[in-house]
Amino acid sequence: MAIAGHAEPLPSSLTLGARVHSWVVSVDHKRLGMMYVGFGLLFFLVAGLEAAAMRAQLARAGSQLIDPTTFNQLFTMHGTTMVFLVGMPILLGMANYLVPLMIGARDMAFPRLNAFGLWLFIFGALLLYYSYIGAQGLYGTSAAPDVGWFAYAPLTSRTYSPGNSTDYWILGIMVSGFGSITTAINLIATILVMRCPGMTLLRMPLFPWMMLVTSVLVLIAVPVLTGAQAMLLLDRSFGAHFFDTEQGGSAVLWQHLFWFFGHPEVYILVLPAFGFLNEIVPVFSRKVVFGYSLMVAATVAIGFISLGVWAHHMFALGLSPEMNSFFAASTFLIAVPTGIKIFTWLGTMIGGRIEFATPMLFATGFLAMFTFGGLTGIMLAVVPFDWQLSDSYFVVAHFHYVLFGGTVFGIFGAIFYWFPKATGRMLSERLGRWFFWILFLGFNLTFLPMHVSGILGMPRRIYTFQPDRGLDLWNLLSTAGVALQAAALLLFLWNVVHSLLRGKPAGNNPWNAWTLEWATSSPPPDWNFDRIPTVGSARPLWDVANPHDPDPSPEAHG
Amino acid sequence: MARRFMRFNRASVVCSVTMLAVLTAPSFAVDVAPICTPMGGEPLQSTSILSPISPPAREIHSLAALVVGVCAAIFIVVEGALLWAIIRYRRRAGDRGEPVQVFGSNPIELAWTVIPLVIVFVLALATVRTIKDVQRTEPPAGALTVDVIGHQWWWEYRIADEDGGPPVVTANELVVPVGRPVWLRLASADVIHSWWVPALNGKTDLVPGRFSNTWFEAEQPGTFLGQCAEYCGTQHANMLLRVRAVDDAQFESWRTAQAAPARDPASFAAGHSIFLRLACMNCHAIDGSSSGAFGPNLTHLMSRETIAAGMAPLNRDTLRAWLVDPQQLKPGCNMPSLQLTDPELDALVDYLSSLN
Ligand code: HEC
Ligand SMILES: [Cu+2]
Ligand SMILES: [Cu+2]
Repeated sequence: MAIAGHAEPLPSSLTLGARVHSWVVSVDHKRLGMMYVGFGLLFFLVAGLEAAAMRAQLARAGSQLIDPTTFNQLFTMHGTTMVFLVGMPILLGMANYLVPLMIGARDMAFPRLNAFGLWLFIFGALLLYYSYIGAQGLYGTSAAPDVGWFAYAPLTSRTYSPGNSTDYWILGIMVSGFGSITTAINLIATILVMRCPGMTLLRMPLFPWMMLVTSVLVLIAVPVLTGAQAMLLLDRSFGAHFFDTEQGGSAVLWQHLFWFFGHPEVYILVLPAFGFLNEIVPVFSRKVVFGYSLMVAATVAIGFISLGVWAHHMFALGLSPEMNSFFAASTFLIAVPTGIKIFTWLGTMIGGRIEFATPMLFATGFLAMFTFGGLTGIMLAVVPFDWQLSDSYFVVAHFHYVLFGGTVFGIFGAIFYWFPKATGRMLSERLGRWFFWILFLGFNLTFLPMHVSGILGMPRRIYTFQPDRGLDLWNLLSTAGVALQAAALLLFLWNVVHSLLRGKPAGNNPWNAWTLEWATSSPPPDWNFDRIPTVGSARPLWDVANPHDPDPSPEAHG
Repeated sequence: MARRFMRFNRASVVCSVTMLAVLTAPSFAVDVAPICTPMGGEPLQSTSILSPISPPAREIHSLAALVVGVCAAIFIVVEGALLWAIIRYRRRAGDRGEPVQVFGSNPIELAWTVIPLVIVFVLALATVRTIKDVQRTEPPAGALTVDVIGHQWWWEYRIADEDGGPPVVTANELVVPVGRPVWLRLASADVIHSWWVPALNGKTDLVPGRFSNTWFEAEQPGTFLGQCAEYCGTQHANMLLRVRAVDDAQFESWRTAQAAPARDPASFAAGHSIFLRLACMNCHAIDGSSSGAFGPNLTHLMSRETIAAGMAPLNRDTLRAWLVDPQQLKPGCNMPSLQLTDPELDALVDYLSSLN
């Protein structure tokens, strides 16, 4: 093929130290991307263990397995880790790896800034976890943050959270937040100026499109969190009173600032996963995406609207009826472009010849679960209904359907899809299917009952629950579901290790896919492409494979 | 193939069962919390949001029924289409070549933009209407006004006296008349809490430095349960709510009893003097003896059914256990253990149990 690159055999003479060194000093977007994903998966295991410990405690009413303070640290660290140290790095890491390849570039626009971002993230993550050792001074007992991942004021003030654990939370997230900001700038620059000849914005694959919108959201939302955290730091250490209610500070201000970041963050975590689906669903349905332009428009619309819905996290605060109505309306509105996406994928599948390889299994699981989570989201937008459901286990169920059934399923689909590209070897399909089905079962067994617990009146973030409220069975089921998920993850780990060593060689394009990353070798050479490709449509490899039926170029198409 | 299938089948099952044991066994191996038993007595009302016994909760319930219905219909249509696509369009053995490429269709795309718009527009209208009905900014006519103050990890209630007298102050258990609206003015002494009794109304936060309101009207007598719904620190899980709705006559006699001065401590002089001598009086108010406001008002302690914000039934045993070490029953709570000796404990329990 004219646009293919070729693989350099790894010089096997390198010592281990030299290999590690070559990774540490690397500014190659592919290596940085893989390190992001690797660290993200590592923290996924950590956060998973934290979740498992919580479910062990909640297996039974009145259990005393884990004491309240430890439990409160567990859910704080679980939430913080999943959002900032799992979701963000894995998604930004995948973008790092894929975007230059998909747009036919040799690297990101700012390779060294890229490496800087990765190391900031790692440093921030270590700083957060160092709190377990250092939060009360090396000689005191250890203490991780226990203020919850959205750290509402004034619980975070020195009065109610003495010690340094909250400061570690602030600093760790702040530092890794700077990392995210640099990556966002880099992605925007890369997507806007580094596209290969012929690739107009409307011939760009949809994943880079999703990443463009995501990066803009990161750039707008994360600095607001960073600023709020700086204010909190000033409160805690330098006598400021932004959020100090005893001195006239405002607890509500923190919520506005946090959720102005927090809601776009939800879309920052899910838009890239939408991007994965936009690549996977068409390829495995063997059919071009149904309504490319509307998909792009819906994404941009989501980006805009998501900046104006934040107070739907604050309906129970007793804001004015007018405020509540406004934010309910904007939240309803965002359901429309989100729905468009789901319909687009359905429209793509219908009429196709769908092959249910593991990536497609996960994409389909995503569609099924995300739809459910989206619909419970609509229920939560109904303000009076939210007054009952908010801060209950129903909400916990809702956002796990969106972020686990959605984002995490999308990530696993993406890993199965692009692993061959990154490593040159296929993951085992058989193990992959087992993994999917056990995870799917375990996921639903864990989170479906949580809707019921919430409806029965169980608030979130409680270390124990009352025995006389009909909650016992539902909680036990949730715990059992976690056991299945843990088993599934062991299977996945085994699959990765085994396939890295023994997996079937992948070849350039194992899935007969259509975008540029499949035109080069697996793994791609350092320089990605021997010659910078030139494209005439959004699916260059389709055009090569089907010369009699090439894609119309979007300009001509209208 | 079949053998391999069996092997992984077995491996996965073994793996899952082991995990299940690892996760659940420890919790069943350790004892449950010391006094964590359901409380007997009159039947308690369910904490489910599906059994509303108050107008706002009822309105929310019927709006919820509409919304859940609409969402269920959408769910069936979308997941049905998905299932159909999975079954009808999966690749079959004989399939050769690529299917027809369809790049989109303006009418279809327009349809799946406009129809959802119409649906959410209707839902938004219904939402705004119910907000207007449920979220009052003025007290309903004839309402009983109660100030609720959230403390790390207990509730303070101040029931206004319509005749201008001082309010009745009590803790953790609110008694209200059946069939009369109750207007709650919510405030917090420390961090954010949230007042949530699902059968009566949705939750409203108690925010320091700010006042918020909510209301309800118990339509039948009974004990309604709930708990704090905004994470507020260590013992957030045990900041339980209890509202007892009784008929007018019972309410008035309860109120009169609560407004009465505390029992004369003369016959419990030993316990009384310990109470005054130790730090108790700095944190607790007993009418006529002390005015501490950091902990619950104890003037009519024994008129309550539970201790420690609903954690355990209140009786001599639990009271004593509490005084021996509050941290045992409610680890992390804001009452320290005062290291009392046995005779001191006996005397204090005698005194406190006389306060009804
Ligand atoms: C530092 C302040 C403090 C001191 C000193 C203190 N208490 Fe308390 N006490 C509290 C707080 C706070 C609570 C509420 C605990 C909770 O439910 O979380 C409480 C709860 C109680 C309760 C249960 C009230 C209820 O309705 O649930 C009793 C009884 C009580 N204290 C008695 C005493 C006695 C007797 C002493 C002295 C020996 C004492 N307290 C000393 C702060 C204090
Ligand atoms: Cu949101
Ligand atoms: Cu609380």
